[in-house]
Amino acid sequence: MKSIYIIWLRQLKRYFRSRSRIVGSLGQPILFLVALGFGLGPVFAKAGQGNYLEFIAPGIISMSILFTAVFSGIEIIWDRQFGFLKELLVAPVTRWQIMIGRTIGGATVAVFQGIIVLILSLFFGFKIETFTLVPQMLLFMILIALLFTALGTAIASILEDMQGFQLIMNFLIMPLFFLSGALFPLSGVPGVLNVVASIDPLSYGVDGLRGAITNSFHFGLPADLLVLSIATAVLIGIGTYLFSKIQI
Amino acid sequence: MANENIIEVKNLVRKFGTYSAVDNISFDVKKGEIFAFLGPNGAGKTTSIKMLTTLLHPTSGNILINGFNPVTQQHDARKSFGIVFQDPSLDDELTAYENLEFHGVIYGVPNPLRKQRIEELLKYVDLWERRNSLVKTFSGGMKRRLEIARGLLHHPKIFFLDEPTLGLDPQTRNHIWSYIKALNKKEGITVFFTTHYMDEAARVADRVAIIDHGNIIQTGTVPELLKKTKKTNLEDAFLAMTGHEIRDESIGAQEQFRMHHQTWTRH
Repeated sequence: MKSIYIIWLRQLKRYFRSRSRIVGSLGQPILFLVALGFGLGPVFAKAGQGNYLEFIAPGIISMSILFTAVFSGIEIIWDRQFGFLKELLVAPVTRWQIMIGRTIGGATVAVFQGIIVLILSLFFGFKIETFTLVPQMLLFMILIALLFTALGTAIASILEDMQGFQLIMNFLIMPLFFLSGALFPLSGVPGVLNVVASIDPLSYGVDGLRGAITNSFHFGLPADLLVLSIATAVLIGIGTYLFSKIQI
Repeated sequence: MANENIIEVKNLVRKFGTYSAVDNISFDVKKGEIFAFLGPNGAGKTTSIKMLTTLLHPTSGNILINGFNPVTQQHDARKSFGIVFQDPSLDDELTAYENLEFHGVIYGVPNPLRKQRIEELLKYVDLWERRNSLVKTFSGGMKRRLEIARGLLHHPKIFFLDEPTLGLDPQTRNHIWSYIKALNKKEGITVFFTTHYMDEAARVADRVAIIDHGNIIQTGTVPELLKKTKKTNLEDAFLAMTGHEIRDESIGAQEQFRMHHQTWTRH
């Protein structure tokens, strides 16, 4: 337990010490909120879909959690490059403890980043009707964060260096985001896109987070919870396995 | 007790593709011994240490570390040793104290003892004043000292040091070795180290193994090796056994990456 705690603590310290990283990673969500929220807002309203900013805010919060979480997981590559990974690998702790510690640590950081974006979006006109919705929102933010930190860690365990990172970014992370329904309603999209969106785990995270606020779900609350939980558990399992296979 | 082997290596082989980095080596290290593993660049020293310390699986052969097999009993094997790697392995974004704290917790050193040992070790390596500075502000020598302190924090039975004094001034080298020797005497810690400084090996090692091209050429005490080669010092004996040809160790991908990264982040 103490090992998991200290690994978690390390992630947090590293995060809070790199203020440029915190501020830097807020740029993109703000840009999306402003450019899309205000830019596409009138079109969205004309199509009879209501307030677009209200609609995409949960999507943008999910996006910032997704990016931060994957990055936190991928930090293992930095640990590998700078040598600290060796210290972890020769340590007498089970690989799943390292995996859990890292996943919870990265997820905590990602949720924190999500909360900052949530607060920022309030300034841009996003409204939360009642504060009783907050726990449910937090739950989904945590689930999204855990899922994608585990994914990042699993990926980082098989990448030797940052060379493959661009590939992961463009062919995995970006599609996960753009095909998730974070930016558009999934009801009424063409069949292929609908299928793709329903195998994208982020869709369930966005749906859960949006549903927590608007109380209308695309997949339904139980489906969202179930898919996210199972995907997280599976990815932690895969991540632990891949991590235990690392040789230097 | 005195003749008990704490490290046993039999017919150890590690291949990378068709190239054998370690080609069928066997040796023993006795409990409480200071054992030097010497060889030119690319001789297979680091690869051997990686296999001894569970970081790399052997292609074939057997290893016992404190009675445990590092492939099948990783956890017990890992508990048995401390290590100072050839390349830095500290977290630069943490302070000196936090690096040791992390290590202590991970290795299950309970708290009053942990605090006490961290203080003792940091004072010994002259870093107590700098305990709250981030490691990224440290010089190479300071990082080395911190890594040595860290490797000893959990009082391992075996202490691996892969070129621990590389790039250190004679003062620091002496200081570090006198501490390691004292610890070896007092706690009976077995020390297994590699170095390119032959005088250092001659001065501290009870026994020496010379490795080249993945093979162990000679094992014995320094006087034994001198006698066999009819030389007067270990450096000459070493050259007589391994030849005068200069070895190139091509810069690894990791090193290249690290250098690139440093140029990016430099403001």
